[in-house]
Amino acid sequence: MTRRSLWLKIISAVVLFGAWQIAGMIPVSYAFPTFFESMAALFRMAGDGTLLTAYIETLRPLVVGVGISAFLGIGLGLWIGLSARFDWLFSPIFIVMQAAPLAALIPLLVMAYGIGLTSKVFVVCIMAMPVIVLNTASAVRNTPASLKEMGKSFMASDTKIMLRIIIPAASPVIFSGLRLGVSAGFIGAILAELKITPTGVGDIITYSRSIADYPAMYAAIFSIILLAVLFLNFLERLEVYLFEGNVRGYASD
Amino acid sequence: MVMPQIKEAVNVPDMPQSDNAVVVRGVSKTYGEVEALRDMSLEFPRGQLTSLLGPSGCGKTTLLKIIAGLLKPNSGEIEVNGKPVKGPGPDRAFVFQDFALMPWANVLRNVAFGLELRGVATSEREAIAEKYIAEVGLAGFEKSYPHQLSGGMRQRVGLARALSVDADVLLMDEPFSAVDEQTRRKFQEDLLNLVQHENKTFIFVTHSIEEAVYVSDQIAILLPRPSRVSEIIRPTDLRHKNVDNIRRDPEYLDIVDSIWASLRSYVE
Ligand SMILES: Nc1ncnc2c1ncn2[C@@H]1O[C@H](COP(=O)(O)OP(=O)(O)OP(=O)(O)O)[C@@H](O)[C@H]1O
Ligand SMILES: [Mg+2]
Repeated sequence: MTRRSLWLKIISAVVLFGAWQIAGMIPVSYAFPTFFESMAALFRMAGDGTLLTAYIETLRPLVVGVGISAFLGIGLGLWIGLSARFDWLFSPIFIVMQAAPLAALIPLLVMAYGIGLTSKVFVVCIMAMPVIVLNTASAVRNTPASLKEMGKSFMASDTKIMLRIIIPAASPVIFSGLRLGVSAGFIGAILAELKITPTGVGDIITYSRSIADYPAMYAAIFSIILLAVLFLNFLERLEVYLFEGNVRGYASD
Repeated sequence: MVMPQIKEAVNVPDMPQSDNAVVVRGVSKTYGEVEALRDMSLEFPRGQLTSLLGPSGCGKTTLLKIIAGLLKPNSGEIEVNGKPVKGPGPDRAFVFQDFALMPWANVLRNVAFGLELRGVATSEREAIAEKYIAEVGLAGFEKSYPHQLSGGMRQRVGLARALSVDADVLLMDEPFSAVDEQTRRKFQEDLLNLVQHENKTFIFVTHSIEEAVYVSDQIAILLPRPSRVSEIIRPTDLRHKNVDNIRRDPEYLDIVDSIWASLRSYVE
């Protein structure tokens, strides 16, 4: 079963990269390098340390932003899910945030917080937080009533019902919110570097495009996608580790 | 208030007037417009199994949850072991119709969960849980997850969890409705054994007349909404007969028939 899914992953990667290679060889556009050219650029940048310095710069707002979004987002989501009044107060904010065109907000953020780390963290949070909050809240609201009653019938305190029943029961949806939020956070981090000040990976992308070093540009884009995929895989592992039975299916299925 | 007529199904008047583990007095419950229970009174003798039998939607689950302390009645009172019920207590344990198992926890943790919530130390509660897992016939499945079990096995997990907190009163809401007929019969026999060997009071909701007559010391027949007790039947004599022959016993068949006769008018 796992062997087969591993093979499927390898095959789909080979197909994708093959298509990329062919598209680059045709070429679709003179600005579209082949897969191998991009990989060569990737290894060159990894070798001379460009990539490392760029990522140190990029990861800062990303990690801070995703961290804040995860903690605050899950916390707020739990609260919103548990209290109708809080739901009424806060849900609209996050629904609007989710729908807002971020590019239009960035100038406002820059006016308010300058071009430093704060603005970039904000961009990451605006991208990542709404989906985490909204998923968590709806997961909490949809906790099976009989599980909560079961806890009550065994005289669990509200805190214990929350920690041992509501959160684990909500965890699959919370985790799917986290996955979506983290991917959005990656987009936000790069967007911030493209729109606010070119630093880190965003700088590599902007700079290589300006000197027409397209392989380097695609290598940078590729590396950020790779990092996102690796991180999402890590989240999946964490979920399996924390809530083994949940991942394999619900008893009521 | 109309007193429920008590019909001794057999002429054994010298049934020991045992004390009551649970007493329901004049309980009414409305959900908004819907009047579920009206002035319901009922007594549950200690150490016996009482079935609640009645048409769907007549308020059996509501009554059970009120006894469990999960719902507040609009009026009336519940006494368990002579003390008024304010909320859930260690003297009662609930077996849920939909099992209410935690999918993220294995059988051992699910069964031990009632004890876990009460702060019993891990090793102690797991030892107790293992004992009851074996008792309900699930030894070897301690590490399985609920979704790996059949419906009948899940129900046993729910039962083991309720047994492991060692409550005086077991509240069972249609516990056998999700299992096939063979398993159901096996469960009924197991239940009779439990009633005999555990010194507990069982309150048992069922839709099946046959099941009620087969397992009960006392059957309370409820009328449709707003629900009251219409009749209490005690198949006392059946309890002294050999379990294997009950279903062929003329008395058993008579009681089943008479209950059906009194219920059929509501099933039109
Ligand atoms: N949470 C609720 N809100 C509103 N009405 C409810 C609620 N729970 C139950 N009722 C109503 O109360 C009545 C009794 O419900 P209850 O679940 O106690 O019936 P029941 O006898 O257990 O039925 P069944 O045999 O089908 O399980 C029903 O008519 C139902 O519509
Ligand atoms: Mg019911």
